[in-house]
Amino acid sequence: MDLKGKKITVHDMCLRDGMHPKRHQITVDEMVTISKAMDDAGVPMIEVTHGDGLGGSSVNYGFPAASDEEYLTAVCKEMKNAKVSALLLPGIGTVDHLKMAVDCGISTIRVATHCTEADVSEQHLSMAKSIDNLDTVGFLMMAHMIEAEELVVQLKMMEDFGANCVYITDSAGYMLPDDVTSRIALARAELKPETELGFHGHHNMAMGVANSIAAVAAGANRIDGSLAGLGAGAGNTPLEVFVAVCDRMGIETGIDTFKAMDIAEDLIVPMMDHMVRVDRDALTLGYAGVYSSFLLFAKRSAEKYNLSTRDILVELGRRRTVGGQEDMIEDLALDMAKAQGTL
Amino acid sequence: MSNKIKAAIIGPGNIGTDLLMKAQRSDVIEPVWMVGVDAESPGLARAAELGLKTTAEGVEGMLPTMRGDGVQICFDATSAYVHAENSRKVNEQGAVMIDLTPAAIGPFCVPPVNLVDAVAKKAMNVNMVTCGGQATIPLVAAVSRVQDVVYGEIVATVSSKSAGPGTRKNIDEFTRTTAKGIEVCGGAHSGKAIIVINPAEPPLIMRDTVHCLTQETPNQEAITESVHTMIKEVQKYVPGYTLKNGPVFDGKRVSIYMEVEGLGDFLPKYAGNLDIMTAAGLRTAEMYAEEILAGRFVPAVA
Repeated sequence: MDLKGKKITVHDMCLRDGMHPKRHQITVDEMVTISKAMDDAGVPMIEVTHGDGLGGSSVNYGFPAASDEEYLTAVCKEMKNAKVSALLLPGIGTVDHLKMAVDCGISTIRVATHCTEADVSEQHLSMAKSIDNLDTVGFLMMAHMIEAEELVVQLKMMEDFGANCVYITDSAGYMLPDDVTSRIALARAELKPETELGFHGHHNMAMGVANSIAAVAAGANRIDGSLAGLGAGAGNTPLEVFVAVCDRMGIETGIDTFKAMDIAEDLIVPMMDHMVRVDRDALTLGYAGVYSSFLLFAKRSAEKYNLSTRDILVELGRRRTVGGQEDMIEDLALDMAKAQGTL
Repeated sequence: MSNKIKAAIIGPGNIGTDLLMKAQRSDVIEPVWMVGVDAESPGLARAAELGLKTTAEGVEGMLPTMRGDGVQICFDATSAYVHAENSRKVNEQGAVMIDLTPAAIGPFCVPPVNLVDAVAKKAMNVNMVTCGGQATIPLVAAVSRVQDVVYGEIVATVSSKSAGPGTRKNIDEFTRTTAKGIEVCGGAHSGKAIIVINPAEPPLIMRDTVHCLTQETPNQEAITESVHTMIKEVQKYVPGYTLKNGPVFDGKRVSIYMEVEGLGDFLPKYAGNLDIMTAAGLRTAEMYAEEILAGRFVPAVA
């Protein structure tokens, strides 16, 4: 495939999705250091917030080291060229959080819903659209769970509510390149030509880079990645790898490949609490189609109730759980422990 | 001699119709009016078949005769945006308003927690918080009546099919109003609410998780007993209110995992979120009706 000369925008996730493997404990200082390095390396967009987005601070998802307001204020004021984004999941965060994030200086808001539930984003997308110069993005999670035709209906809904860019999000790292191609290609054909189209991958089946290239080839122009892959599950598409591949293919990202490699190796990897990689449990997420941020919750419950993490994850997949249902993990573990007679 | 208080239901949608079916079984409430805005509404037609007076002109359509028809209690099952106007109008006609929208202009009412207080105050408008609030606030209160709860958080998971257009358009009102209810009625110093919508087929029965963080180490025995007692209270009007797991104690965290299955009157059984709302609304109305019948309360404009 010839993608030479194609320009895309790469969006880094390590300070938002990367909060999951860090149990939301990345400090404000670490965020500032890393975001400045990314800005210097030419990363055009950086997402910052609790892993579960604005207002994610909770028993259910974890309390962060600092508030969204503290993170956003600290990072936004240091950026020379990079634009800062925040994520918002209706049902967790509200338009009050959105306004706060705008006051902190974000340039992009991304409103995320489960792939079949785009209509819960109307309040937030229409509010975002009314704010001058706010890049307004709709983000459909767990997009592997429905076919391309159904997905396009939901994407168009977000477009109607005011999104100037919409995303197909492989939250479970389940998709294979053909799954990405069919979804992105149909979306590109059906959405307004001026609406941007993005892909957010997880690396649970080691398809992050291949899927992202497939997305670009099918017409996506925004791609999410994360330096050193720091993100939920086996992480996001490793940004430095993706940028290196783009370089070789002549896809233009504007990011300095060597600088990106250095940040990954020198700043991100040393910060990891555990190696973010395709281990048995992360692979199970991708294999069974489970929301990537369930990983550490399942591990903790497995340990506490003497169960197998993989068994818990497979059952969560079978029950067709969606993003945000972290509370069901301990509940399920209790049921499983009772069933095996250890509780 | 009639010993029932006449009531009007505003909003002939799923909630309003389910409420009507429950109200018809009541010993003290007699539904006589169904108010809508769409002449083609199947809910209005159904109510008319059951012998209720109906109008498609909104509350305006009922106002001229509602006093003459003896309406003393109204239920609002429309939306937060039109509630305040509806309430003002029926209050002027001497009827109490039971608010099933998340408008929350009147005091909150979660029956097993504060129904007696709410009725004793003789408020002309009471708000039923939200479905998630009705399902969880009793348990926050069950913990906070044992010891200080510094933080209460609830996660309500409902099936896609049971989350109507009103909830979807105004999802922020759900999280805000529920969080406030956790504080005001639940007794937590600060509250947070999360709602998750799941499209799985067959539709999942409403699930609710309650997390409380206590000030001091939780008294496990007392909290467990209080939670079980509270669940029995809720089961009096929602028999399918079931403890799945817990209370789980982990340091100062107390977690309770619930399932709420509805009665399946008009709404399917999985829609426990809607059922607990209509059941709580009716229970509140019945308490008011008993006060009116006993002559202890005469609804009137303040």
